[in-house]
Amino acid sequence: MSSGSSRLSISAVVISSLLFVSLSILSSMAEATTKPDEAAVQIVYVERPEAEEPEAFHIRTLAAVLGSEEAAKDAVIYHYKHASSGFSAKLTQSQVEQLSRQPGVLQVVPSRTYSLHGSRTGTSGVMGLFYGRSLSSDLMFCVKNSETANRLLEDLVLEKWFSTDSGAKMDFKLRRPLEASSNASSSMMSEISRNLKPGLPFIQCDSTNICYGARQEQSFSEFPPPQVIQSRGLYAREQKTETKSQLEPSSAVNDLVMDWNPRLMLSNLSFLEQKIHQVQDIVRSIISQEGRANELAAQQQLVTADLTYIIIQLISTAGTLLPNIKNALLSATPPVGQPGVMANLPVNASQKQHEVLPMELAKASEYDELIKDLNSGGEGDELIKCLNNSVAEVSESIPIEDHDIKDYDDGLDGENLPPGSYEVLQLEKEEILAPHTHFCLICGKGFKRDANLRMHMRGHGDEYKTPAALAKPSKEASSEPAIIRRYSCPFVGCKRNKEHKKFQPLKTILCVKNHYKRSHCDKSYTCSRCKTKKFSVIADLKTHEKHCGRDKWICSCGTTFSRKDKLFGHVALFQGHAPAIHMDDAKVSGTSDHAQVGETTNGMVANMGYNFSGNASDDAQSLDIKDVDDGQGYFSPMNFDACNFGGLDEFPRSAYDVSESPFSFLSTGTCSFIPRNSEN
Amino acid sequence: MVKSRDLCRGIDRSDGFATLTLDLFSGSPNPNPCSYSRSAKRVRVSCASPAAAAAGENRSNLFDSLSEEVLFLILDRLESDPLDKKSFSLVCRSFYAAESRHRRALTPLRSGLLPAALARYPSVSRLDLSLCPSVTDAALASVGGALRSSLRSINLSRSRGFSYAGIESIAVNCAALVEINLSNATDLSDAAAAAIGRARNLEKLWLARCKMVTDMGIGCIAVGCQKLRLLCLKWCLGISDLGVGLVAVKCKRLRSLDLSFVPITEKCLPAVLQLPHLEDLALVGCLSIDDEGLMSVKQESKSLQVLDMSNCQHVNHTGFSSMLSKTPGLCQISLAYYCKVTHSLASSLQKLCNLQSIKLDGCEVTTSGLKTMANSCRSLGELSLSKCSGVTDEGLSFIVTKHKGLGKLDVTCCRNITDLSLASITSSCTSLANLSMESCILVSREGFRLIGQRCHLLEELDLTDNDLDDEGLRAISGCHNLCVLKIGICLKISDEGLIHVAKGCPNLQELDLYRSVGITDIGVMAIARGCPLLQIINLSYCTEVTDHSLRSLSKCSNLNTLEIRGCQVSSSGLAIIAVGCRKLTKLDIKKCYYVDDAGMLLLARFSQNLRQINLSYCSVTDVGLLALASVSCLQNMTILHSGGLTSNGLAAILVACGGLTKVKLHSSFKPLIPKPILEHVEARGCVFQWRDKPFQVELEPSEVWKQQSQEMHV
Repeated sequence: MSSGSSRLSISAVVISSLLFVSLSILSSMAEATTKPDEAAVQIVYVERPEAEEPEAFHIRTLAAVLGSEEAAKDAVIYHYKHASSGFSAKLTQSQVEQLSRQPGVLQVVPSRTYSLHGSRTGTSGVMGLFYGRSLSSDLMFCVKNSETANRLLEDLVLEKWFSTDSGAKMDFKLRRPLEASSNASSSMMSEISRNLKPGLPFIQCDSTNICYGARQEQSFSEFPPPQVIQSRGLYAREQKTETKSQLEPSSAVNDLVMDWNPRLMLSNLSFLEQKIHQVQDIVRSIISQEGRANELAAQQQLVTADLTYIIIQLISTAGTLLPNIKNALLSATPPVGQPGVMANLPVNASQKQHEVLPMELAKASEYDELIKDLNSGGEGDELIKCLNNSVAEVSESIPIEDHDIKDYDDGLDGENLPPGSYEVLQLEKEEILAPHTHFCLICGKGFKRDANLRMHMRGHGDEYKTPAALAKPSKEASSEPAIIRRYSCPFVGCKRNKEHKKFQPLKTILCVKNHYKRSHCDKSYTCSRCKTKKFSVIADLKTHEKHCGRDKWICSCGTTFSRKDKLFGHVALFQGHAPAIHMDDAKVSGTSDHAQVGETTNGMVANMGYNFSGNASDDAQSLDIKDVDDGQGYFSPMNFDACNFGGLDEFPRSAYDVSESPFSFLSTGTCSFIPRNSEN
Repeated sequence: MVKSRDLCRGIDRSDGFATLTLDLFSGSPNPNPCSYSRSAKRVRVSCASPAAAAAGENRSNLFDSLSEEVLFLILDRLESDPLDKKSFSLVCRSFYAAESRHRRALTPLRSGLLPAALARYPSVSRLDLSLCPSVTDAALASVGGALRSSLRSINLSRSRGFSYAGIESIAVNCAALVEINLSNATDLSDAAAAAIGRARNLEKLWLARCKMVTDMGIGCIAVGCQKLRLLCLKWCLGISDLGVGLVAVKCKRLRSLDLSFVPITEKCLPAVLQLPHLEDLALVGCLSIDDEGLMSVKQESKSLQVLDMSNCQHVNHTGFSSMLSKTPGLCQISLAYYCKVTHSLASSLQKLCNLQSIKLDGCEVTTSGLKTMANSCRSLGELSLSKCSGVTDEGLSFIVTKHKGLGKLDVTCCRNITDLSLASITSSCTSLANLSMESCILVSREGFRLIGQRCHLLEELDLTDNDLDDEGLRAISGCHNLCVLKIGICLKISDEGLIHVAKGCPNLQELDLYRSVGITDIGVMAIARGCPLLQIINLSYCTEVTDHSLRSLSKCSNLNTLEIRGCQVSSSGLAIIAVGCRKLTKLDIKKCYYVDDAGMLLLARFSQNLRQINLSYCSVTDVGLLALASVSCLQNMTILHSGGLTSNGLAAILVACGGLTKVKLHSSFKPLIPKPILEHVEARGCVFQWRDKPFQVELEPSEVWKQQSQEMHV
């Protein structure tokens, strides 16, 4: 335990210093962006124009502020057209204020990064895990190139598409170094979307990162400008559930503690020291050559990037220790499982943070502000609804079919988790019914599968054709036990709804989807064969169609069975019952019987057998064939053949022509031969 | 009538007779066509010539005065040879009628003869259609109509061309039907199986290689034929655990069940082992059965006696031991091509007190395993270690000294055993009747001497490819009961040894001298004189053998198989054989270059029972070949590299020989024979095999050949 306590103290020191550094740096950055006379990248949300092209509308709106359309075109960096409506542009504070008064403009949000942290692979020096909080979602992704981290975050105008996935939490990892160009933004977006895993927030990250995600969220959330805080407040509910999930894992933590390597940490720290010295040098050079504004801006950016990287490294270094501490601390906090209590969770978390980091007590006022924002979710609900509606409009009513996992058992049957031992998530109806869960960030096309999106992305440029870009996102957390997560049906009154007295949670998101469609949606798919059976899940229809109609196992008593073993059980049980052979089978043989003419049918029968050789091996398939082709018509060529054979008496006529001479020869030959033989 | 009663009494007393021969053709070219028994008392019913019979009214009346009872008693004693019955029926009308009513078994050569045969023989109970390549539904329907009450057994294992309808007509009409053999009916489906299910009294059913029959079909059979005692489902690939399980549930009287090569798992085994009377179970090549599966089976079977688990590649000694522990009554085990016979496996045999026969062909055997096996088993009657690696003198001697009652021992290709093993085998197993020791190359003259000295009960001896010489052969001639002697590829033996055999083994029925090149006419003549019961002789590549040998062999009237590949025989020799050996069914005269059309013409005239012939490299032309068409039994023909043959002649004989089932021809003829003819012949049930072997006239010396074959073996 002594080593444990020393570790605890180290991590306390590291974390406190880290948080102090990061907070101060980021606060200074935040100040920098809010300087009134300096232009910064802003994201402007506008209403979706009814009559005109979004781009034209954006330019028109912006021109009203900047004076001319040319200036507006120059200023605009990107148009968001597909998922949400808006654009990004470099604007000063005064322009922002002007713009926000324009008609149709919903909101102006500075494009910015909020938080970031590193992964445990910090020694490699290139891998960092960024944790970003956007308008509607939590993001997690990795970048390899720390130099681009800053730009990446700056370009992380993720609101444009995250707003569509209202409340869906996503995590993704970027494994490719991104060019520090403005194009990087779009490419990165697509990359992000490619790696997007809907509905499985954070599960793929290792739990260190998850935990850090939670911490960072808490520690940095005090800084974002008012607009952002407000927007975050809207989504407080989703965040809460997630936060809880991140705070709860305790089993995973133990594994991590075992992994802790002080040598690794030392090397990380010394690396960071070097990096800090580099930054110092840059800052010194800035001081020495004051005046030139454009260079200054570039250098500022460089410093920001470096500092960002340092922070990532620090966090990742401390991350190896953190779970341990938190585990110890968490034991004091009561488990939060019920929705009603969940609203308090951020408060608890922040309070906890006060305990952990006494240094931050000075900033208590900011925490209070945060809590207030988080609790004022009233406005947010409206926005959720409006966003949800927009999703509903976009979505055609094509249900998601997933052939990979055919989990028809949508409950927890057989699994008895005590209430509270798992976390309950509830997806909204629109989310459940959304046709696509993966969207191309470039053209906005939706996909049901990530793999299909990756294939689609190849068309957008060579950078998506690399093996890394095409590879399946790896599951890092596979070795560690995941958080037990269960789902609730959004339909109130349903037994699968968390409000129900005898609530039975659903195991996976697929279960939720199938359950919701089966239980609470219209059965819109009708079997094309029997025309009576209806299904709401297309996979159910397909399963039914496999067995629908003739492919039934029938007993001689007339009872039909859907499964062969059931039929055989029935036959074994009752005396005198026998499996009934399909009459079509008999009919087929019957045609051969009709056709048989003399002994020459043999070959034909063989052909027949050949044609039905599939019969034994695959009943379903051959039956399908028979279904399609009318028995008689199908075999008419056979009958024709048989007739030909029947006329065998005529056919050897040609053969006789051939063989006639030997025959005649034979008779003479025989005659001449025998006397000779007798002479002998 | 007095005569009749005397005859009746005489026949009743003649129980000790092996055969009763009626010599009816005293006026025919062959003075004594049916005499083959030295001991049998000959009943001569003289003057069977139709003309004479017609002329002498009194005589024919005399035959009529014999009551049917007497004729039946005579006919009962004629079962051994079909030719005798034929002769009998040709005597007069009453004999003919009696024979028609008496006959129970019928084996028609062609299904075209079926209507006439059925009209003549109304009380046939066993119908063997294995010689009819094509049997139509109409033919089966006529069988069902004609033999409504009498038919008990039908064999369709070699026939094609019928469908479920034909089977149904038989199954429905013939209420007494107890046996159906439908093996090789690969195109029969579940409908046919359902038709079989309507034969309620069925007791024996063979469905080998009915690959299209599925669980549904076998389910119908199981429900319909609940009296089944024997069921063979070998190679029925469409059947799974469900079908077999249902059979085991429904057919409680099953005694013998063959599930070889059926894709079953251990899931159906409990139900199968639960069958109260199951005695014989074959699980050959059931690859889905493994150790764990067998261990999980808890059901015991007290009645099981014969178990064949050869080629079960996924079963090791643990699984097999657990299987043995559940079947204490086993008396016969076959484990051919089982991985390794070790101590642990052998010790699991200990619980089986009735065990009599073990077959371990192709296994890896250890000396300790053999010793444990010797100690575990009580008294083995049969042991097969054929092609086993690791059989040593020590192990073999140990096991034979423990099991003195051994009647059959197979040590084929156990190349490490020497005279030591032979000494212990001969000294302890005095009742040995069957010994196979092909390719036991280390056994010397001393070993053979011991065999001849001690194994007087030996009936079958296989010494192929041994280091046998005339001295050894002389010693072996001491086994006076020898029926089958195989001494092929023994290059050292000569006429001298063979003369000893001819003197010592009068009961010899089969003699194999393949490539024993030291043999000449003198030896063969001695054999022909000394062994009149000879049925099968193989003289292939004994290049010194000439027409003289054939002339002497023509005295062996029972000869049915003659293989004289590469011998110096001519048409005249063949003609003598044809006249003398009327029972000849199989003839191989490949590379008998001097055999020409003359031989063929006489062969065709006299050897009406010929079924199989190999004419490759002979000097036979179209004429000779077409003469063969008059042999109505001919089924199997091989003609490669016959110089005088044209495609027209070939086409003619293919059309003319209605009974052909298998023809092997050179592939160069394939495009030359008109396609409609080929299709027609194939439709009659004939299978063509087109070979493209190079023409090779010279015979390579047997020493070279042996050397080459041994090199191939190594």
